[in-house]
Amino acid sequence: MSSYEIYIAYSTIVRKEIQRFMRIWVQTLLPPSIIMVLYFIIFGNLIGSRIGQMGGFDYMQFIVPGLIMMSVITNSYGNVVSSFYSTKYQGSLDEMLVSPMPNWVILAGYVTGGVARGLAVGTIVTSLSLFFTQLEIYNFGIIVLVVLMTSILFSLGGFVNAVFANSFDDISIVPTFILTPLTYLGGVFYSIDLLPDFWAGMSQLNPILYMVNAFRYGILGVSDIQVGYALLVISVFIIALFSYCMYLLNTGKGIRK
Amino acid sequence: MTYALEINQLHKIYDNGFEALKGISLKVEEGDFFALLGPNGAGKSTTLGVVCSLVNKTKGSVKVFGHDLDIDVSKAKCLMGVVPQEFNFNMFEKVQDVVVQQAGYYGIARDEALRRTEQLLKQLSLWDKRDDASRNLSGGMKRRLMIARALVHRPKLLILDEPTAGVDIELRRSMWEFLTRINEQGTTIILTTHYLEEAENLCRNIAIIDQGDIIQNSPMRELLKTINTETIVLELQKPLAQAPQVQGYRLLLVNDTYIEVILNQGQDINSVFVALSAAGIQVTSMRNKTNRLEELFVNLVTSNKTDLKGVSA
Repeated sequence: MSSYEIYIAYSTIVRKEIQRFMRIWVQTLLPPSIIMVLYFIIFGNLIGSRIGQMGGFDYMQFIVPGLIMMSVITNSYGNVVSSFYSTKYQGSLDEMLVSPMPNWVILAGYVTGGVARGLAVGTIVTSLSLFFTQLEIYNFGIIVLVVLMTSILFSLGGFVNAVFANSFDDISIVPTFILTPLTYLGGVFYSIDLLPDFWAGMSQLNPILYMVNAFRYGILGVSDIQVGYALLVISVFIIALFSYCMYLLNTGKGIRK
Repeated sequence: MTYALEINQLHKIYDNGFEALKGISLKVEEGDFFALLGPNGAGKSTTLGVVCSLVNKTKGSVKVFGHDLDIDVSKAKCLMGVVPQEFNFNMFEKVQDVVVQQAGYYGIARDEALRRTEQLLKQLSLWDKRDDASRNLSGGMKRRLMIARALVHRPKLLILDEPTAGVDIELRRSMWEFLTRINEQGTTIILTTHYLEEAENLCRNIAIIDQGDIIQNSPMRELLKTINTETIVLELQKPLAQAPQVQGYRLLLVNDTYIEVILNQGQDINSVFVALSAAGIQVTSMRNKTNRLEELFVNLVTSNKTDLKGVSA
Protein backbone atom coordinates (compact mmCIF):
# COMPACT_ATOMS: atom_id res chain seq x y z
CA MET A 1 0.00 0.00 0.00
CA SER A 2 1.18 3.52 -0.73
CA SER A 3 1.53 6.08 2.07
CA TYR A 4 -1.69 7.75 0.93
CA GLU A 5 -3.59 4.44 1.01
CA ILE A 6 -2.20 3.72 4.47
CA TYR A 7 -3.37 7.17 5.59
CA ILE A 8 -6.88 6.42 4.26
CA ALA A 9 -6.95 3.06 6.04
CA TYR A 10 -5.76 4.69 9.29
CA SER A 11 -8.28 7.54 9.07
CA THR A 12 -11.06 5.00 8.34
CA ILE A 13 -10.40 3.28 11.68
CA VAL A 14 -10.07 6.60 13.52
CA ARG A 15 -13.32 7.91 12.03
CA LYS A 16 -15.10 4.67 12.91
CA GLU A 17 -13.78 4.77 16.49
CA ILE A 18 -14.71 8.40 17.08
CA GLN A 19 -18.16 7.88 15.56
CA ARG A 20 -18.62 4.89 17.85
CA PHE A 21 -18.00 6.70 21.13
CA MET A 22 -19.86 9.81 19.97
CA ARG A 23 -22.88 7.70 18.95
CA ILE A 24 -23.07 6.20 22.45
CA TRP A 25 -22.09 9.38 24.31
CA VAL A 26 -24.55 8.56 27.09
CA GLN A 27 -22.38 5.55 27.91
CA THR A 28 -18.98 7.02 27.05
CA LEU A 29 -18.88 10.76 27.78
CA LEU A 30 -21.64 11.41 30.28
CA PRO A 31 -20.85 8.94 33.11
CA PRO A 32 -17.20 10.02 33.66
CA SER A 33 -18.36 13.65 33.70
CA ILE A 34 -20.99 12.94 36.37
CA ILE A 35 -18.56 10.87 38.45
CA MET A 36 -15.93 13.64 38.35
CA VAL A 37 -18.47 16.27 39.36
CA LEU A 38 -19.31 14.09 42.36
CA TYR A 39 -15.61 13.84 43.20
CA PHE A 40 -15.31 17.62 42.98
CA ILE A 41 -18.30 18.14 45.25
CA ILE A 42 -17.52 15.46 47.84
CA PHE A 43 -13.72 15.38 47.99
CA GLY A 44 -13.07 18.91 46.83
CA ASN A 45 -15.77 21.01 48.45
CA LEU A 46 -17.19 19.04 51.37
CA ILE A 47 -14.18 17.10 52.67
CA GLY A 48 -11.48 19.21 51.02
CA SER A 49 -12.49 22.38 52.90
CA ARG A 50 -11.69 20.58 56.18
CA ILE A 51 -8.41 19.13 54.92
CA GLY A 52 -6.92 22.50 54.17
CA GLN A 53 -3.79 22.67 52.02
CA MET A 54 -1.88 19.90 50.27
CA GLY A 55 1.48 20.51 48.56
CA GLY A 56 1.02 24.24 49.11
CA PHE A 57 -2.38 24.39 47.33
CA ASP A 58 -6.06 24.16 48.28
CA TYR A 59 -7.04 20.52 48.42
CA MET A 60 -9.47 21.04 45.55
CA GLN A 61 -6.74 22.53 43.36
CA PHE A 62 -4.43 19.69 44.34
CA ILE A 63 -6.80 16.85 43.35
CA VAL A 64 -8.14 18.32 40.09
CA PRO A 65 -5.07 17.39 37.96
CA GLY A 66 -5.18 13.85 39.39
CA LEU A 67 -8.89 13.51 38.69
CA ILE A 68 -8.47 14.77 35.12
CA MET A 69 -5.67 12.28 34.62
CA MET A 70 -7.78 9.52 36.18
CA SER A 71 -10.57 10.15 33.68
CA VAL A 72 -8.10 10.23 30.78
CA ILE A 73 -6.59 6.90 31.90
CA THR A 74 -9.85 5.03 32.43
CA ASN A 75 -11.47 6.31 29.26
CA SER A 76 -8.50 5.72 26.95
CA TYR A 77 -8.19 2.21 28.30
CA GLY A 78 -11.94 1.55 28.32
CA ASN A 79 -12.44 2.76 24.76
CA VAL A 80 -9.86 0.48 23.20
CA VAL A 81 -10.61 -2.58 25.31
CA SER A 82 -14.35 -2.46 24.68
CA SER A 83 -14.17 -1.47 21.02
CA PHE A 84 -11.45 -3.90 20.00
CA TYR A 85 -12.95 -6.75 21.98
CA SER A 86 -16.41 -6.26 20.49
CA THR A 87 -14.81 -6.10 17.04
CA LYS A 88 -13.12 -9.39 17.80
CA TYR A 89 -16.28 -10.86 19.36
CA GLN A 90 -18.49 -9.97 16.38
CA GLY A 91 -15.89 -11.21 13.93
CA SER A 92 -15.63 -7.84 12.18
CA LEU A 93 -11.93 -7.81 13.02
CA ASP A 94 -11.65 -10.14 10.02
CA GLU A 95 -12.56 -7.16 7.83
CA MET A 96 -9.26 -5.60 8.80
CA LEU A 97 -7.23 -8.80 8.85
CA VAL A 98 -8.14 -9.75 5.26
CA SER A 99 -7.26 -6.25 4.03
CA PRO A 100 -3.73 -5.28 2.97
CA MET A 101 -3.52 -2.75 5.81
CA PRO A 102 -0.30 -3.28 7.86
CA ASN A 103 -0.78 -4.39 11.47
CA TRP A 104 0.72 -1.21 12.87
CA VAL A 105 -2.04 0.79 11.17
CA ILE A 106 -4.70 -1.27 12.95
CA LEU A 107 -2.95 -0.61 16.26
CA ALA A 108 -2.41 3.09 15.52
CA GLY A 109 -6.07 3.49 14.52
CA TYR A 110 -7.40 1.97 17.74
CA VAL A 111 -4.89 3.83 19.90
CA THR A 112 -5.87 7.12 18.24
CA GLY A 113 -9.51 6.30 18.98
CA GLY A 114 -8.61 5.71 22.63
CA VAL A 115 -6.61 8.93 22.78
CA ALA A 116 -9.50 10.84 21.20
CA ARG A 117 -11.94 9.63 23.86
CA GLY A 118 -9.40 10.20 26.64
CA LEU A 119 -8.86 13.77 25.43
CA ALA A 120 -12.60 14.38 24.94
CA VAL A 121 -13.40 13.26 28.49
CA GLY A 122 -10.32 15.06 29.85
CA THR A 123 -11.47 18.30 28.20
CA ILE A 124 -15.02 17.91 29.56
CA VAL A 125 -13.74 17.17 33.09
CA THR A 126 -11.31 20.10 32.94
CA SER A 127 -14.14 22.43 31.87
CA LEU A 128 -16.36 21.14 34.70
CA SER A 129 -13.58 21.59 37.25
CA LEU A 130 -13.54 25.31 36.45
CA PHE A 131 -16.95 25.58 38.15
CA PHE A 132 -15.28 24.46 41.41
CA THR A 133 -11.80 25.95 41.37
CA GLN A 134 -9.39 28.10 39.42
CA LEU A 135 -6.73 26.38 37.37
CA GLU A 136 -3.56 28.18 36.42
CA ILE A 137 -1.41 26.63 33.80
CA TYR A 138 2.22 26.34 34.85
CA ASN A 139 3.58 24.63 31.73
CA PHE A 140 1.20 24.00 28.82
CA GLY A 141 3.74 21.92 26.88
CA ILE A 142 4.12 19.45 29.77
CA ILE A 143 0.34 19.20 30.14
CA VAL A 144 -0.17 18.31 26.48
CA LEU A 145 2.80 15.95 26.38
CA VAL A 146 1.82 14.07 29.55
CA VAL A 147 -1.84 13.73 28.68
CA LEU A 148 -1.02 12.49 25.19
CA MET A 149 1.60 10.01 26.37
CA THR A 150 -0.64 8.74 29.16
CA SER A 151 -3.61 8.18 26.90
CA ILE A 152 -1.39 6.43 24.34
CA LEU A 153 0.01 4.19 27.07
CA PHE A 154 -3.38 3.18 28.43
CA SER A 155 -4.86 2.75 24.98
CA LEU A 156 -2.07 0.25 24.29
CA GLY A 157 -2.87 -1.42 27.61
CA GLY A 158 -6.54 -1.67 26.62
CA PHE A 159 -5.49 -3.26 23.34
CA VAL A 160 -3.50 -5.99 25.08
CA ASN A 161 -6.43 -6.67 27.41
CA ALA A 162 -8.81 -6.94 24.44
CA VAL A 163 -6.54 -9.36 22.59
CA PHE A 164 -6.49 -11.76 25.54
CA ALA A 165 -10.13 -11.30 26.56
CA ASN A 166 -12.39 -14.24 25.82
CA SER A 167 -15.56 -12.80 27.31
CA PHE A 168 -17.03 -9.44 28.24
CA ASP A 169 -16.18 -10.25 31.88
CA ASP A 170 -12.50 -10.35 30.95
CA ILE A 171 -12.53 -6.75 29.77
CA SER A 172 -13.65 -5.48 33.17
CA ILE A 173 -11.24 -7.51 35.33
CA VAL A 174 -8.15 -5.37 34.68
CA PRO A 175 -9.91 -2.00 35.11
CA THR A 176 -11.61 -3.17 38.31
CA PHE A 177 -8.83 -5.04 40.04
CA ILE A 178 -5.68 -3.37 38.72
CA LEU A 179 -6.34 -0.02 37.10
CA THR A 180 -8.67 1.48 39.68
CA PRO A 181 -6.54 0.53 42.74
CA LEU A 182 -3.37 1.78 41.01
CA THR A 183 -5.11 5.04 40.15
CA TYR A 184 -6.35 5.59 43.71
CA LEU A 185 -2.89 4.77 45.05
CA GLY A 186 -1.18 6.85 42.37
CA GLY A 187 -1.20 10.15 44.22
CA VAL A 188 -4.51 11.45 42.90
CA PHE A 189 -5.81 12.36 46.36
CA TYR A 190 -2.60 12.83 48.36
CA SER A 191 1.07 13.67 48.14
CA ILE A 192 3.34 10.68 48.75
CA ASP A 193 5.22 12.92 51.21
CA LEU A 194 2.39 12.06 53.63
CA LEU A 195 3.20 8.35 53.47
CA PRO A 196 5.70 6.48 55.66
CA ASP A 197 9.02 5.91 53.86
CA PHE A 198 8.25 2.28 53.04
CA TRP A 199 4.89 3.05 51.36
CA ALA A 200 6.33 6.13 49.66
CA GLY A 201 9.00 3.85 48.15
CA MET A 202 6.38 1.25 47.18
CA SER A 203 4.30 3.96 45.52
CA GLN A 204 7.19 4.65 43.18
CA LEU A 205 6.58 1.23 41.59
CA ASN A 206 3.17 2.48 40.50
CA PRO A 207 3.44 3.93 36.97
CA ILE A 208 0.31 6.03 37.44
CA LEU A 209 2.10 8.04 40.14
CA TYR A 210 4.49 9.35 37.47
CA MET A 211 1.69 10.40 35.15
CA VAL A 212 -0.40 12.09 37.81
CA ASN A 213 2.60 13.98 39.17
CA ALA A 214 3.92 15.03 35.79
CA PHE A 215 0.46 16.32 34.87
CA ARG A 216 0.11 18.08 38.21
CA TYR A 217 3.47 19.70 37.57
CA GLY A 218 2.16 21.06 34.24
CA ILE A 219 -0.80 22.67 36.00
CA LEU A 220 0.44 23.58 39.48
CA GLY A 221 4.22 23.45 39.10
CA VAL A 222 4.59 20.92 41.96
CA SER A 223 5.39 17.22 41.75
CA ASP A 224 6.51 14.39 44.03
CA ILE A 225 8.59 13.02 41.15
CA GLN A 226 11.10 14.71 38.84
CA VAL A 227 9.20 15.48 35.63
CA GLY A 228 12.01 14.33 33.31
CA TYR A 229 12.15 11.01 35.13
CA ALA A 230 8.37 10.67 34.94
CA LEU A 231 8.41 11.27 31.16
CA LEU A 232 11.17 8.70 30.79
CA VAL A 233 9.18 6.09 32.72
CA ILE A 234 6.06 6.72 30.61
CA SER A 235 8.14 6.49 27.40
CA VAL A 236 9.65 3.16 28.44
CA PHE A 237 6.19 1.75 29.17
CA ILE A 238 4.87 2.99 25.81
CA ILE A 239 7.75 1.41 23.88
CA ALA A 240 7.39 -1.88 25.77
CA LEU A 241 3.62 -2.07 25.30
CA PHE A 242 3.75 -1.00 21.66
CA SER A 243 6.33 -3.71 20.94
CA TYR A 244 4.19 -6.27 22.72
CA CYS A 245 1.04 -5.25 20.83
CA MET A 246 2.91 -5.57 17.53
CA TYR A 247 4.17 -8.98 18.57
CA LEU A 248 0.59 -10.06 19.31
CA LEU A 249 -0.68 -8.72 16.00
CA ASN A 250 2.16 -10.17 13.93
CA THR A 251 1.91 -13.62 15.46
CA GLY A 252 -1.88 -13.50 15.55
CA LYS A 253 -2.07 -14.51 19.22
CA GLY A 254 -5.68 -14.19 20.40
CA ILE A 255 -6.65 -12.92 16.97
CA ARG A 256 -5.91 -15.51 14.30
CA LYS A 257 -6.48 -19.26 14.63
CA MET B 1 1.23 -20.03 -16.19
CA THR B 2 0.07 -17.83 -13.32
CA TYR B 3 -2.79 -19.29 -11.34
CA ALA B 4 -5.39 -17.28 -9.45
CA LEU B 5 -4.66 -19.55 -6.51
CA GLU B 6 -1.86 -22.02 -6.08
CA ILE B 7 -1.62 -24.05 -2.87
CA ASN B 8 1.34 -26.34 -2.31
CA GLN B 9 1.68 -28.92 0.45
CA LEU B 10 -0.44 -26.94 2.88
CA HIS B 11 -0.48 -28.28 6.42
CA LYS B 12 -2.43 -27.01 9.39
CA ILE B 13 -2.17 -28.44 12.86
CA TYR B 14 -4.20 -26.60 15.51
CA ASP B 15 -2.88 -25.97 19.02
CA ASN B 16 -4.92 -28.91 20.35
CA GLY B 17 -3.02 -31.22 17.97
CA PHE B 18 -5.84 -31.64 15.45
CA GLU B 19 -4.43 -31.94 11.93
CA ALA B 20 -6.96 -30.06 9.82
CA LEU B 21 -4.93 -30.06 6.58
CA LYS B 22 -2.57 -32.86 5.66
CA GLY B 23 -0.49 -31.31 2.91
CA ILE B 24 -3.07 -30.33 0.33
CA SER B 25 -2.12 -28.96 -3.09
CA LEU B 26 -4.53 -27.16 -5.37
CA LYS B 27 -4.44 -24.94 -8.45
CA VAL B 28 -7.22 -22.65 -9.60
CA GLU B 29 -6.89 -21.07 -13.01
CA GLU B 30 -7.58 -17.42 -13.64
CA GLY B 31 -11.22 -16.86 -14.61
CA ASP B 32 -12.35 -20.20 -13.21
CA PHE B 33 -15.50 -20.85 -11.21
CA PHE B 34 -14.18 -23.42 -8.77
CA ALA B 35 -16.01 -25.51 -6.17
CA LEU B 36 -14.32 -26.74 -3.02
CA LEU B 37 -16.58 -29.35 -1.51
CA GLY B 38 -16.36 -31.54 1.53
CA PRO B 39 -18.34 -32.71 4.53
CA ASN B 40 -18.45 -30.65 7.72
CA GLY B 41 -15.03 -30.46 9.37
CA ALA B 42 -13.23 -31.65 6.23
CA GLY B 43 -10.90 -28.63 6.10
CA LYS B 44 -12.64 -26.33 3.59
CA SER B 45 -12.93 -23.31 5.87
CA THR B 46 -9.43 -23.87 7.25
CA THR B 47 -8.05 -23.87 3.70
CA LEU B 48 -9.86 -20.66 2.84
CA GLY B 49 -8.91 -19.20 6.23
CA VAL B 50 -5.22 -19.73 5.45
CA VAL B 51 -5.63 -18.21 1.99
CA CYS B 52 -7.31 -15.13 3.50
CA SER B 53 -4.70 -14.83 6.30
CA LEU B 54 -7.25 -15.50 9.03
CA VAL B 55 -5.67 -18.82 9.97
CA ASN B 56 -1.92 -19.29 10.46
CA LYS B 57 -0.62 -22.19 8.40
CA THR B 58 1.73 -24.77 9.86
CA LYS B 59 3.62 -25.54 6.64
CA GLY B 60 3.34 -25.12 2.90
CA SER B 61 2.86 -22.22 0.52
CA VAL B 62 -0.03 -20.22 -0.89
CA LYS B 63 0.20 -17.94 -3.92
CA VAL B 64 -2.49 -15.59 -5.17
CA PHE B 65 -1.90 -14.54 -8.78
CA GLY B 66 1.76 -15.44 -8.23
CA HIS B 67 2.13 -13.42 -5.01
CA ASP B 68 3.36 -15.63 -2.19
CA LEU B 69 1.56 -14.95 1.11
CA ASP B 70 4.88 -15.31 2.95
CA ILE B 71 6.63 -12.74 0.78
CA ASP B 72 4.06 -10.35 -0.64
CA VAL B 73 0.95 -10.69 1.48
CA SER B 74 -0.19 -7.10 0.89
CA LYS B 75 -0.41 -7.50 -2.91
CA ALA B 76 -2.06 -10.90 -2.53
CA LYS B 77 -4.69 -9.45 -0.17
CA CYS B 78 -5.44 -6.59 -2.60
CA LEU B 79 -6.42 -9.16 -5.22
CA MET B 80 -8.78 -11.15 -2.98
CA GLY B 81 -12.29 -10.58 -1.70
CA VAL B 82 -13.75 -12.81 0.98
CA VAL B 83 -17.33 -13.72 1.86
CA PRO B 84 -17.16 -15.79 5.06
CA GLN B 85 -19.58 -18.41 6.27
CA GLU B 86 -20.69 -16.49 9.38
CA PHE B 87 -22.02 -12.94 9.44
CA ASN B 88 -19.00 -11.00 10.58
CA PHE B 89 -19.78 -7.33 10.16
CA ASN B 90 -20.48 -4.86 12.95
CA MET B 91 -24.19 -5.32 13.55
CA PHE B 92 -24.51 -1.76 14.87
CA GLU B 93 -23.08 -0.10 11.77
CA LYS B 94 -25.28 1.16 8.96
CA VAL B 95 -25.34 -0.99 5.82
CA GLN B 96 -23.59 1.69 3.78
CA ASP B 97 -20.90 2.23 6.42
CA VAL B 98 -20.02 -1.49 6.49
CA VAL B 99 -19.09 -1.35 2.81
CA VAL B 100 -17.48 2.11 2.84
CA GLN B 101 -15.28 1.18 5.81
CA GLN B 102 -14.11 -1.96 4.07
CA ALA B 103 -13.12 0.15 1.07
CA GLY B 104 -11.20 2.41 3.43
CA TYR B 105 -9.20 -0.53 4.78
CA TYR B 106 -8.04 -1.12 1.21
CA GLY B 107 -6.96 2.51 0.88
CA ILE B 108 -9.85 3.63 -1.33
CA ALA B 109 -10.64 7.33 -0.82
CA ARG B 110 -14.03 8.07 0.73
CA ASP B 111 -15.63 9.71 -2.34
CA GLU B 112 -14.73 6.77 -4.53
CA ALA B 113 -15.76 4.33 -1.78
CA LEU B 114 -19.20 5.97 -1.56
CA ARG B 115 -19.60 5.80 -5.34
CA ARG B 116 -18.66 2.11 -5.49
CA THR B 117 -20.84 1.30 -2.48
CA GLU B 118 -23.88 2.89 -4.11
CA GLN B 119 -23.25 0.90 -7.28
CA LEU B 120 -22.88 -2.42 -5.45
CA LEU B 121 -25.79 -1.90 -3.07
CA LYS B 122 -28.01 -1.09 -6.04
CA GLN B 123 -26.83 -4.19 -7.92
CA LEU B 124 -27.55 -6.33 -4.87
CA SER B 125 -30.91 -4.65 -4.13
CA LEU B 126 -29.75 -3.20 -0.81
CA TRP B 127 -29.67 0.50 -1.66
CA ASP B 128 -33.04 1.14 0.04
CA LYS B 129 -31.59 -0.31 3.24
CA ARG B 130 -28.38 1.73 3.17
CA ASP B 131 -29.20 3.73 6.31
CA ASP B 132 -30.53 0.77 8.31
CA ALA B 133 -28.45 -0.83 11.06
CA SER B 134 -27.07 -4.00 9.54
CA ARG B 135 -28.51 -6.12 12.38
CA ASN B 136 -32.00 -5.31 11.09
CA LEU B 137 -31.42 -6.97 7.71
CA SER B 138 -32.88 -10.37 6.88
CA GLY B 139 -30.54 -13.36 6.54
CA GLY B 140 -30.47 -13.11 2.75
CA MET B 141 -29.78 -9.39 2.85
CA LYS B 142 -26.91 -9.93 5.28
CA ARG B 143 -25.38 -12.43 2.84
CA ARG B 144 -25.70 -9.93 0.00
CA LEU B 145 -24.17 -7.23 2.18
CA MET B 146 -21.13 -9.45 2.71
CA ILE B 147 -20.86 -9.95 -1.05
CA ALA B 148 -21.00 -6.17 -1.61
CA ARG B 149 -18.34 -5.68 1.06
CA ALA B 150 -16.08 -8.31 -0.55
CA LEU B 151 -16.37 -6.70 -3.98
CA VAL B 152 -15.90 -3.04 -3.08
CA HIS B 153 -12.16 -3.08 -3.79
CA ARG B 154 -12.75 -4.94 -7.09
CA PRO B 155 -10.85 -8.14 -6.36
CA LYS B 156 -9.71 -10.48 -9.14
CA LEU B 157 -10.39 -13.49 -6.91
CA LEU B 158 -13.59 -13.83 -4.93
CA ILE B 159 -13.75 -16.48 -2.23
CA LEU B 160 -17.17 -17.47 -0.95
CA ASP B 161 -17.59 -19.81 1.99
CA GLU B 162 -21.12 -21.19 1.78
CA PRO B 163 -22.62 -17.95 0.45
CA THR B 164 -26.15 -19.28 0.06
CA ALA B 165 -26.49 -21.11 3.37
CA GLY B 166 -29.93 -20.43 4.80
CA VAL B 167 -31.02 -18.40 1.78
CA ASP B 168 -34.40 -19.10 0.16
CA ILE B 169 -34.43 -20.65 -3.29
CA GLU B 170 -35.49 -17.50 -5.15
CA LEU B 171 -32.74 -15.43 -3.60
CA ARG B 172 -30.25 -18.25 -4.09
CA ARG B 173 -30.98 -18.26 -7.81
CA SER B 174 -30.60 -14.49 -8.05
CA MET B 175 -27.25 -14.79 -6.25
CA TRP B 176 -26.20 -17.48 -8.74
CA GLU B 177 -27.04 -15.11 -11.58
CA PHE B 178 -25.05 -12.32 -9.95
CA LEU B 179 -22.03 -14.56 -9.36
CA THR B 180 -22.19 -15.95 -12.90
CA ARG B 181 -22.24 -12.39 -14.25
CA ILE B 182 -19.17 -11.26 -12.31
CA ASN B 183 -17.38 -14.49 -13.25
CA GLU B 184 -18.12 -13.76 -16.92
CA GLN B 185 -16.67 -10.30 -16.38
CA GLY B 186 -13.37 -11.91 -15.38
CA THR B 187 -13.49 -12.46 -11.61
CA THR B 188 -12.19 -15.85 -10.55
CA ILE B 189 -14.56 -17.42 -8.03
CA ILE B 190 -13.88 -20.11 -5.45
CA LEU B 191 -16.94 -21.43 -3.70
CA THR B 192 -17.63 -23.84 -0.91
CA THR B 193 -21.15 -25.07 -0.55
CA HIS B 194 -23.27 -27.86 0.82
CA TYR B 195 -25.77 -27.41 -2.02
CA LEU B 196 -24.26 -29.69 -4.61
CA GLU B 197 -26.78 -28.53 -7.19
CA GLU B 198 -25.20 -25.10 -6.77
CA ALA B 199 -21.71 -26.44 -7.46
CA GLU B 200 -22.91 -28.50 -10.43
CA ASN B 201 -24.73 -25.57 -12.00
CA LEU B 202 -22.10 -22.91 -11.43
CA CYS B 203 -18.65 -24.42 -11.29
CA ARG B 204 -16.35 -25.60 -14.06
CA ASN B 205 -13.79 -27.28 -11.84
CA ILE B 206 -14.10 -29.02 -8.52
CA ALA B 207 -12.04 -30.32 -5.64
CA ILE B 208 -13.40 -32.52 -2.89
CA ILE B 209 -11.66 -32.37 0.45
CA ASP B 210 -12.19 -34.90 3.19
CA GLN B 211 -10.41 -35.27 6.52
CA GLY B 212 -7.73 -32.78 5.49
CA ASP B 213 -6.90 -34.39 2.13
CA ILE B 214 -7.96 -33.59 -1.42
CA ILE B 215 -9.65 -36.78 -2.59
CA GLN B 216 -10.82 -35.50 -5.97
CA ASN B 217 -9.72 -32.61 -8.17
CA SER B 218 -10.94 -32.45 -11.76
CA PRO B 219 -13.14 -30.59 -14.22
CA MET B 220 -16.82 -30.90 -13.27
CA ARG B 221 -17.75 -32.41 -16.64
CA GLU B 222 -15.17 -35.18 -16.35
CA LEU B 223 -16.19 -35.94 -12.81
CA LEU B 224 -19.84 -36.25 -13.73
CA LYS B 225 -18.90 -38.61 -16.57
CA THR B 226 -17.57 -41.07 -14.00
CA ILE B 227 -21.02 -41.59 -12.57
CA ASN B 228 -22.05 -45.11 -13.57
CA THR B 229 -25.68 -45.07 -12.60
CA GLU B 230 -28.49 -42.61 -12.34
CA THR B 231 -31.79 -43.17 -10.57
CA ILE B 232 -34.99 -41.78 -12.05
CA VAL B 233 -38.21 -41.72 -10.03
CA LEU B 234 -41.44 -42.19 -12.00
CA GLU B 235 -44.89 -41.33 -10.66
CA LEU B 236 -47.62 -43.61 -11.99
CA GLN B 237 -51.22 -42.80 -12.74
CA LYS B 238 -52.56 -46.02 -11.20
CA PRO B 239 -51.19 -48.04 -8.30
CA LEU B 240 -49.22 -51.25 -8.93
CA ALA B 241 -48.84 -54.32 -6.75
CA GLN B 242 -45.31 -55.09 -7.95
CA ALA B 243 -42.59 -53.49 -10.04
CA PRO B 244 -42.96 -54.02 -13.78
CA GLN B 245 -40.29 -56.01 -15.61
CA VAL B 246 -38.36 -54.29 -18.42
CA GLN B 247 -35.60 -56.31 -20.05
CA GLY B 248 -32.12 -54.91 -19.41
CA TYR B 249 -33.33 -52.41 -16.78
CA ARG B 250 -33.67 -52.53 -13.03
CA LEU B 251 -36.99 -51.18 -11.72
CA LEU B 252 -37.91 -50.99 -8.02
CA LEU B 253 -41.32 -50.34 -6.54
CA VAL B 254 -40.99 -47.60 -3.94
CA ASN B 255 -44.68 -47.58 -3.06
CA ASP B 256 -47.76 -48.40 -5.09
CA THR B 257 -47.57 -45.30 -7.31
CA TYR B 258 -43.81 -44.66 -7.44
CA ILE B 259 -41.10 -46.72 -9.13
CA GLU B 260 -37.38 -46.15 -9.38
CA VAL B 261 -35.52 -46.87 -12.61
CA ILE B 262 -31.78 -47.41 -12.22
CA LEU B 263 -30.04 -46.48 -15.47
CA ASN B 264 -26.53 -47.66 -16.19
CA GLN B 265 -24.18 -45.47 -18.19
CA GLY B 266 -25.27 -45.50 -21.85
CA GLN B 267 -28.82 -46.68 -21.17
CA ASP B 268 -31.68 -44.42 -22.21
CA ILE B 269 -35.00 -43.95 -20.52
CA ASN B 270 -37.06 -44.09 -23.75
CA SER B 271 -37.05 -47.91 -23.83
CA VAL B 272 -38.52 -47.95 -20.34
CA PHE B 273 -41.32 -45.60 -21.38
CA VAL B 274 -42.08 -47.73 -24.43
CA ALA B 275 -42.20 -50.90 -22.31
CA LEU B 276 -44.38 -49.31 -19.65
CA SER B 277 -46.73 -47.88 -22.24
CA ALA B 278 -47.04 -51.30 -23.89
CA ALA B 279 -47.93 -52.77 -20.49
CA GLY B 280 -50.63 -50.09 -20.07
CA ILE B 281 -48.81 -48.25 -17.34
CA GLN B 282 -49.18 -44.47 -17.55
CA VAL B 283 -46.43 -42.24 -16.13
CA THR B 284 -47.58 -38.83 -14.87
CA SER B 285 -44.21 -37.33 -13.88
CA MET B 286 -40.52 -38.09 -13.54
CA ARG B 287 -37.53 -36.66 -11.65
CA ASN B 288 -33.96 -37.47 -10.71
CA LYS B 289 -33.82 -39.23 -7.35
CA THR B 290 -30.75 -37.21 -6.28
CA ASN B 291 -28.52 -34.63 -7.78
CA ARG B 292 -25.84 -36.45 -9.79
CA LEU B 293 -22.99 -34.69 -8.05
CA GLU B 294 -24.55 -35.43 -4.69
CA GLU B 295 -24.53 -39.13 -5.48
CA LEU B 296 -20.88 -38.99 -6.53
CA PHE B 297 -19.91 -36.90 -3.53
CA VAL B 298 -21.47 -39.33 -1.09
CA ASN B 299 -19.75 -42.26 -2.84
CA LEU B 300 -16.33 -40.57 -2.77
CA VAL B 301 -16.53 -39.51 0.85
CA THR B 302 -17.88 -42.87 1.96
CA SER B 303 -15.15 -44.80 0.11
CA ASN B 304 -12.50 -42.42 1.55
CA LYS B 305 -13.74 -43.23 5.06
CA THR B 306 -13.66 -46.96 4.27
CA ASP B 307 -10.10 -46.66 2.90
CA LEU B 308 -8.94 -44.82 6.00
CA LYS B 309 -10.52 -47.41 8.27
CA GLY B 310 -8.68 -50.09 6.28
CA VAL B 311 -5.38 -48.23 6.73
CA SER B 312 -5.88 -47.72 10.47
CA ALA B 313 -6.93 -51.37 10.88
